[in-house]
Amino acid sequence: MPVSLKDVDHIALLARLGLTEQERTSLRADLDAILGYIAKLETLDTRTVEPTAHVIELPTPLREDRVVNDDQAEAMVANAPDRERTYLRVPKIIE
Amino acid sequence: MDQRPASIAAARAALDRRELSATELTRAFLARTEGVEPVLHALLEVTSERALADAAVADERLARGERTPLLGIPVVLKDIFATRGIRTTSGSRILEGFVPPYDSDAVTRLARAGAVLIGKANLDEFAMGSSTENSAFGITRNPWDPTRVPGGSSGGSAAAVAAGEALAALGTDTGGSVRLPASYCGVAGLKPTYGRVSRFGVIAYASSLDQVGPFAWTVRDLADVLGVVAGHDPRDSTSVPRPVPDYASELTGDVRGLRVGVPREYFAEGIAPEVERAVRAAIDVLAGLGARVVDVELPHTPYAIATYYLVATAEASSNLARYDGVKYGLRAGEDGDGLLDMYRHTRDAGFGAEVKRRIMLGTYALSAGYYDAYYLKALKVRTLIRRDFGEAFERCDVIAAPTAPTTAFRIGEKVSDPLAMYLSDVFTTSVNLAGLPGLSIPCGFDADGLPIGLQLIAPAFGEEIALRAGDAYQRATDWHERRPDVPAAAGLERAGRLEGGAA
Repeated sequence: MPVSLKDVDHIALLARLGLTEQERTSLRADLDAILGYIAKLETLDTRTVEPTAHVIELPTPLREDRVVNDDQAEAMVANAPDRERTYLRVPKIIE
Repeated sequence: MDQRPASIAAARAALDRRELSATELTRAFLARTEGVEPVLHALLEVTSERALADAAVADERLARGERTPLLGIPVVLKDIFATRGIRTTSGSRILEGFVPPYDSDAVTRLARAGAVLIGKANLDEFAMGSSTENSAFGITRNPWDPTRVPGGSSGGSAAAVAAGEALAALGTDTGGSVRLPASYCGVAGLKPTYGRVSRFGVIAYASSLDQVGPFAWTVRDLADVLGVVAGHDPRDSTSVPRPVPDYASELTGDVRGLRVGVPREYFAEGIAPEVERAVRAAIDVLAGLGARVVDVELPHTPYAIATYYLVATAEASSNLARYDGVKYGLRAGEDGDGLLDMYRHTRDAGFGAEVKRRIMLGTYALSAGYYDAYYLKALKVRTLIRRDFGEAFERCDVIAAPTAPTTAFRIGEKVSDPLAMYLSDVFTTSVNLAGLPGLSIPCGFDADGLPIGLQLIAPAFGEEIALRAGDAYQRATDWHERRPDVPAAAGLERAGRLEGGAA
């Protein structure tokens, strides 16, 4: 099924990407071509194959629930584009 | 006088005998960056002050009698490793102004070992690309021919080593991003087993595939760097708690009886005849040293690129959700923007075309209605690809193949055709999907004087097998002793060769 501009808009919203008109058009064509190539996977019968999400079998490592670092709040927010003290400032969410 | 030794081993000998100080060595490499950077642009930042401070510390340690593998050795880091107090960009505008408050684990280990940081190397934005043309901060040129790409995504790291700006470099390899540029730039590059080196502080692209890997001229040098950066790190939950072998002591030069598997799927249509000839000749060299060559099959190889571009982009779409204009980096938008508009404006302004393409593809593959057909399907094919290797390694100890089907392509040649670019990784992505170690070393040159790479793939946590075979090959050949003659910027401009790819 070919990718439509409507699909592109839907995916862009999910991905929180704003796109220019030109990007919409070129991404539609690119996705169409790439998905066309990827369709070769359909020729493989995988009904009895288990998926591989991860290649190493490691249990989730656990550690004691103990504070191991100092207060680094200032260092952690130092890169924020907009902040007040150690709070991050964002545009208004609720009218 | 140029005091740059040709390898870590040569520098080590000079430093340990006190014929050369780490400061003199560092100054020589910093001078080299001044000479070649105007042409190559392998580095996004030359960290001169830091380098000289590191060198002073190394000299003190040397004076106290310390003799360790990387003490005083100049290195560069792909600009995807967080470096405390040093701008880290990942090749992206969206990380504008980002100065990490901490060091990545590999950086901590290199510093502890006494290595000298020369600079941060250029890369495809967020490690997404095969040519380093996707960097937001300009392209990097191939030291062997500045009209060609260095490969990607760790192109700056490979080019810096090839041009003699450092003796070693670190990159990352998600689908070939260490091995491909190593091949195109004629240096040695290793992608270790998934879980061998900590990714703590490495900006994430595709977390089930990403792995840190070193570049150097010789396999022996690679073994030294791997020995320093490998090992368990509790801050990376995928880091495997497994002892690190003494890689250098595994380099015996003896490959007698080693079973070298040759997969016919890696010599299929699309491979340049000169590449095939050089790789087959390299396999003959190993056979001449007593290795036993056997045919193996990796029948799902033709599905690797499709599988990779679903798995990697799905993971990327999730990893890159963090760049939202709130915590760090760029915030774009207009007055009156709500939160959603701010996100969308920031991400549109901050990400380049290839990153957007991959986020879109990954989001599509994970979205309702398509998950089973694309993402889940890819995970199942990943199982088949992994199984291929498991079966092949029942018949052989190491797999020998080309790293890439061709030598370095021209700047601009593939930028408008994403699929053609993706196919550069046709022989490397399987190794990431299976989580295996893969080594690329130079094994010849084509008629244009461009290096060709031999890839040696080993079972999981079998780095020493690939390294031993690669080292034995380098003892028997001298491809790794050839050095590019990097032209001066002035000469290039006169010849009009800087046109077309300038950025």
